[in-house]
Amino acid sequence: MSNPKRPLAVLRSYPNWFYLPAGLVFAVFFVVPTVLAFYFSLTRWTLFNATFIGMENYRNFLGEPMLAAGLRNTIIYAVMTSGLKVIIALPLATLLTSRIRLTGFFRAIIFFPVLVSTVAVGITFSALMQPSVGLINTALGTLGLPTPDWLGNPRLALYSVALVDVWKGVGIAMVIFIAGILSIPTDYFEAARLEGGAWVKFRHVIIPLARNATFTVILLSFIGGLRTFDLIWTMTKGGPGFASDVLTSVIYKYYQAGFYGLSTAGNVVLFILVTIIVFPLMRYFNRLELEL
Amino acid sequence: MSFWKFIKRIWLDVVALVVIGIVFVVPFIFIVLTAGKTQKEASTFAFSMPANFLLWQNMREVMAFGNNRMWLALWNSMLLTVGSVTLLVFLAALVAYVMQRRGDRMAAFVSAVMLAGLIIPPAVVPTIFLLQEIGLYKTLIGLILIEVALQLSFATLIFRTFMASIPKEIDEAAIIDGASPTQLFFRVILPLLRPAMITVIVVSAVAVYNDFVGPLYFLPGAENVTAQLTLYSFISQFNTRFNLLFANVIVITIPPLIMFMFFQRQIVAGMTTGAIKG
Repeated sequence: MSNPKRPLAVLRSYPNWFYLPAGLVFAVFFVVPTVLAFYFSLTRWTLFNATFIGMENYRNFLGEPMLAAGLRNTIIYAVMTSGLKVIIALPLATLLTSRIRLTGFFRAIIFFPVLVSTVAVGITFSALMQPSVGLINTALGTLGLPTPDWLGNPRLALYSVALVDVWKGVGIAMVIFIAGILSIPTDYFEAARLEGGAWVKFRHVIIPLARNATFTVILLSFIGGLRTFDLIWTMTKGGPGFASDVLTSVIYKYYQAGFYGLSTAGNVVLFILVTIIVFPLMRYFNRLELEL
Repeated sequence: MSFWKFIKRIWLDVVALVVIGIVFVVPFIFIVLTAGKTQKEASTFAFSMPANFLLWQNMREVMAFGNNRMWLALWNSMLLTVGSVTLLVFLAALVAYVMQRRGDRMAAFVSAVMLAGLIIPPAVVPTIFLLQEIGLYKTLIGLILIEVALQLSFATLIFRTFMASIPKEIDEAAIIDGASPTQLFFRVILPLLRPAMITVIVVSAVAVYNDFVGPLYFLPGAENVTAQLTLYSFISQFNTRFNLLFANVIVITIPPLIMFMFFQRQIVAGMTTGAIKG
């Protein structure tokens, strides 16, 4: 923080009321609903009147197999997508910061899906993953590989959607890693080059020294993964059955069915999940953060 | 270097790049090919050239479909995006400016709140309830204010990071010249924030334009349709007309594509600095 004893005249030039317009919008449209959610999650709610029923919605949530599955799937989805994004994007970023041709072109095509609407991506991959005539299975069949029913098999559907999520989001992870790699002082690369080849560079320079980027990628994709909705909803609607339901799709289904209290309880569960996982993770990462 | 040594050095890169090409380019080629087919050709999902490339006709049919609904949707999306982004830029710049310049306890609190806003998922039904109470449910204004609230954290972080690079001497000079706080901000600081502003505009425009959940929950109704929702409702209406469905995908992908071609650098820079920093 800057000079603690700043003249009053200067501070007066930065009036606190500048916070007000944004604060108002943020409070009314974000904070108030978040706080209200805690109360309404304890009610049977029709939007016009709310009957207090205590913890019943939460008991439903944790007791009903479909809801419990939604909770489990949300965590699987978040862990899988954030893990895969790191595993795929870090080598990609390494490759695309090395001296090969066309890096700009490749960075651009990998990044572009980030900007395409998730619904469009979902529709496209639903067609590509079509079990009998879709391009993916046609290609796998030609190579003599197994041709699973990507979205129709209950044991596979969630993972298939997660893979598409990775396809769409790996570009942003890659860009963060590229920024991380470029911020590493060149001396380290020089030393790695003398020590041995590309592997030393990757294992002993990039992995440890780009770790701030790794933390950022994990956090961002984890938060995104826990909140995912668009892709699941366009590709499987949580199906087959409840096999790929996540918290947000459950919230939407109960909203559509008019169970507003239960839907809101789902929102609070998601809130708690995000809070107990992301904040500690963030503090942990902050401690390990590296100053270059 | 001998030929074989050269091959040995680059084969891994070549393989990787071919794989990247297939994985990232083929889906887009598939979209374009399917959007250019007849209904019958498209129904097989085959990855093949259409007999006649009908992309233009199909796109026109999508635009005309259902009483020019696509035009209405693009218009609504445009209003939504421009409205949200304009408001967002001003509100976020104000917050970031005071927060960075004061650097006091209040600023630390605001910063913590912004961070929470970046992480906490919005509560859906209570927001609908609130919008109904204040008469903004199913209105564009209501959705604009929600988009602003949801994008505020990210935009503020970008502005604050950039604000730190604007020397305080500039403020002091303006203050000595007698500038009032509002003059100082609007006449002196805001123009200097331009690079960060472009980043915020481009990144949040893409985010708001592509938002699916917001319009789905807060702006229902046929007359309120947005670009993303055309796609969603066309899934059922175009159930057997996949050529039109994919032509629709192309139509709504054009705006972000244009953004991407002109502002790729800013988008990438924005998404990288927008990455969480406490």
